[in-house]
Amino acid sequence: MTAPTRTEIRSAPHIKGPRSVEQIMANVVYSLLPICAFFVYQYGISAAASILVVTAACLLAERAFVRTGTQAGSLSDFSATITGLLLALTLPPGFPLWMGAVAGISAIALGKALFGGIGFNVFNPALVGRAFVQAAFPAAIATYTPSFLPGRFTQFIPSSLAWPLMAPADTAAWLKAMQFDALASATPLAKWKFEGTLTAAGDLLTSLAGHMAVGPSPVLILTCGAYLALRRFMDWRIPAAVLGSAGLTAWLIFALGGTKYPDPFFMLFSGGLILGAVYMATDMATSPVTPRGMWVYGGLIGVLTVVIRYYSGLPEGVMYAILIGNAATPLIERITQPTPFGKGASIRTRKSASYTLHPDYISREEASAKTPKKRFFKNKPKKS
Amino acid sequence: MSDLAQARTFDEFMEGIWRQNPVFVMVLGMCPTLAVTVSAVNALSMGLATMFVLVCSCGLVSLMRRIVPKEVRIATYIVIIATFVTVVDYVIQAVSLAVYDALGAFIQLIVVNCIILGRAEAHASKHPPVTAMVNALGMSIGFVIGLFALGAVREVLGAGTLFGFSLFGANFQPWVVMVLPPGGFIVLGAWLLLFSALKRRKEARLAAQGGGHGA
Amino acid sequence: MNAPAHPPQPQATPATSLLKTLGLVSTVCGLIIVGAYQGTYDAAAANRRLALERTVFKVIPAAKSMAEWQATPQGIRPAGGEAVAGAVKFYVAYDAAGVLAGIAAEGAAKGYADTVRILYGYSPACQCITGFGLVASKETPGIGDKIVTDKAFLANFEALDVKLNAELSALANEVKAVKHGTKANPWQIDAIAGATVTSRAVGKAINDSAQQLLPKLLPEMEKLQKKES
Repeated sequence: MTAPTRTEIRSAPHIKGPRSVEQIMANVVYSLLPICAFFVYQYGISAAASILVVTAACLLAERAFVRTGTQAGSLSDFSATITGLLLALTLPPGFPLWMGAVAGISAIALGKALFGGIGFNVFNPALVGRAFVQAAFPAAIATYTPSFLPGRFTQFIPSSLAWPLMAPADTAAWLKAMQFDALASATPLAKWKFEGTLTAAGDLLTSLAGHMAVGPSPVLILTCGAYLALRRFMDWRIPAAVLGSAGLTAWLIFALGGTKYPDPFFMLFSGGLILGAVYMATDMATSPVTPRGMWVYGGLIGVLTVVIRYYSGLPEGVMYAILIGNAATPLIERITQPTPFGKGASIRTRKSASYTLHPDYISREEASAKTPKKRFFKNKPKKS
Repeated sequence: MSDLAQARTFDEFMEGIWRQNPVFVMVLGMCPTLAVTVSAVNALSMGLATMFVLVCSCGLVSLMRRIVPKEVRIATYIVIIATFVTVVDYVIQAVSLAVYDALGAFIQLIVVNCIILGRAEAHASKHPPVTAMVNALGMSIGFVIGLFALGAVREVLGAGTLFGFSLFGANFQPWVVMVLPPGGFIVLGAWLLLFSALKRRKEARLAAQGGGHGA
Repeated sequence: MNAPAHPPQPQATPATSLLKTLGLVSTVCGLIIVGAYQGTYDAAAANRRLALERTVFKVIPAAKSMAEWQATPQGIRPAGGEAVAGAVKFYVAYDAAGVLAGIAAEGAAKGYADTVRILYGYSPACQCITGFGLVASKETPGIGDKIVTDKAFLANFEALDVKLNAELSALANEVKAVKHGTKANPWQIDAIAGATVTSRAVGKAINDSAQQLLPKLLPEMEKLQKKES
């Protein structure tokens, strides 16, 4: 006896259930897994250990801060996992594991917990963590190793296993023993900046050719990003704006400046621009919500990236460009408010705050108003 | 001195060290606190220089408190403070040029350290010399402790040494960020977090005991 | 009196009393300052001299004593007396026997973070730079400050060629930092990989200072051979 299948027919509007944070975050994690797998395929067990340690450090830090009770969110929302995975992908594969742990902890502490937890952070936590270690260990973070080394699945890159607080082993000597010259371990961007040699854009696109010191393949990242965009877990406008403006700026400088500058394809596919555009700039809490704002925000990041790469002492500029874009987000949202339906340009009024204020905060000045309390300890007894 | 007076003097002394610590509670004098605490030695010398200026100028301000008219009091205090800062500047040059170079312009900037003018105006001008100097001494010891707390952490992480002695051996990896300006802000923030957590825990304990007073 | 003021009518203080107070305070403070200055002057001057000597002696290890000179457009003379426009200061170091051990001069150039100021030692015998020390720099710790610890980099300065051209008007070859691993001539400096900007600053500082000083110094070298006692 089978129950007859019932087809319900209803009239519009068809409202889908709201998406939960967990659902979005979990999907981002799934889409990151192939990229992590590729990273491990490129660099072997050092990369695997780095991903594990950084993510574990993020999760532990998140747990510690959530337990104090001052934080929004919980471990199960996957946001700390994303931070850890992204952070590990931006670090060199042979980055000492203890420094990776420092990066993970500072990402959560300085990037997220400081502002009140998930959804309150101003800056992308993974990039805050990376900026901290960039400032703390500038030498280690610039030490890359070539990909697809023989024996990478059985042998750690020696710098990975540095004792906590101790300086990493010299990878140059290790590479020399493996018959690689010092140039092999420079990233394509560093090679261009300091040596003036370009890497072919096609090789950069797949990351598969030879022993290059590059991150996961841009093609793979774009594919995984496209999955997220198609399922609407991510807005396609931001990566499009970042890549478009970076490509356009690079092309303009290339067309006007001539041979001194690399071609725009090299700019687009080298370094962390694709990963940054697809996964970092699109972080929901730190990017604008207005469609026009997304274009402005992405455009700003793209231009800044190229400008920093060309005109500063650093070969890579994606991190600082996105952090500056994050800082500009509230401003961008404010000037790109959409006009509500029915309010034409002629009767547009002055815009006020772009977000609704918590009623408790509005009346905080009044003596009788109750201030929303932050509780530092969970079981703090009430004052008599 | 009676027991009561002694207890009061002791309170004056302890106030600056703990309850009104200029760095961790009042968050005053941030300019030298953040700028010169790259190493423990720098932090201590800055603290001692400030201590000398604070104690001397509070003593002199207190001595002159009855003859200085209200209208020119700020001018008087500033002249007195600037005098002792100049003295300290000369003395440091004579004692150690290395310390003088490390502290740089921040010795002269003690003039505008708000702890000193604040103490002169709020305390020394209303109390007899001994009380004023005891209070100033406590306050400056609190300042020294604050600076040292920052300087020690920044030196240990930023150079792997404490007072120039290597703690971790030659292979230590320095955290460059700690000797750069952002390190000052990060370490200060961490200390403030710790103190505020301690304070809250103490308040919670007091409240749990049912008294609720003395918080 | 400093008693709590009566709110309705604070009485005005006479101007003479204000002046008297300020005058008294200034006098007392003036006395303290002058006293401190007098008391510490000798010690401070000795300290400064010691610090300078230490830097010079580090650059020229054989040195046991030194004298301060300046190179003016009219020739070289011992420092002191009136300052001459365009004069370059340099330090002449003598060994234990009073024989010229070397000459030290200061150079400065823009580095990565701020101006890098160095003191370099010049040996008239081989017409080369024999060493350098840092006077002041704000270069990134761990990268830029390797210029004083990196052994391969310091090896550049064991005998860095600064010979003058035939007319004695400028250096025969410009001192310059070149990319790591491409040093081919004795007047080139092999830069530290990863600290190219700071390495270049050292090269430029030495070059700028030597271009200015050596053409004036070399023709009158014999004046400096023996220590004046």
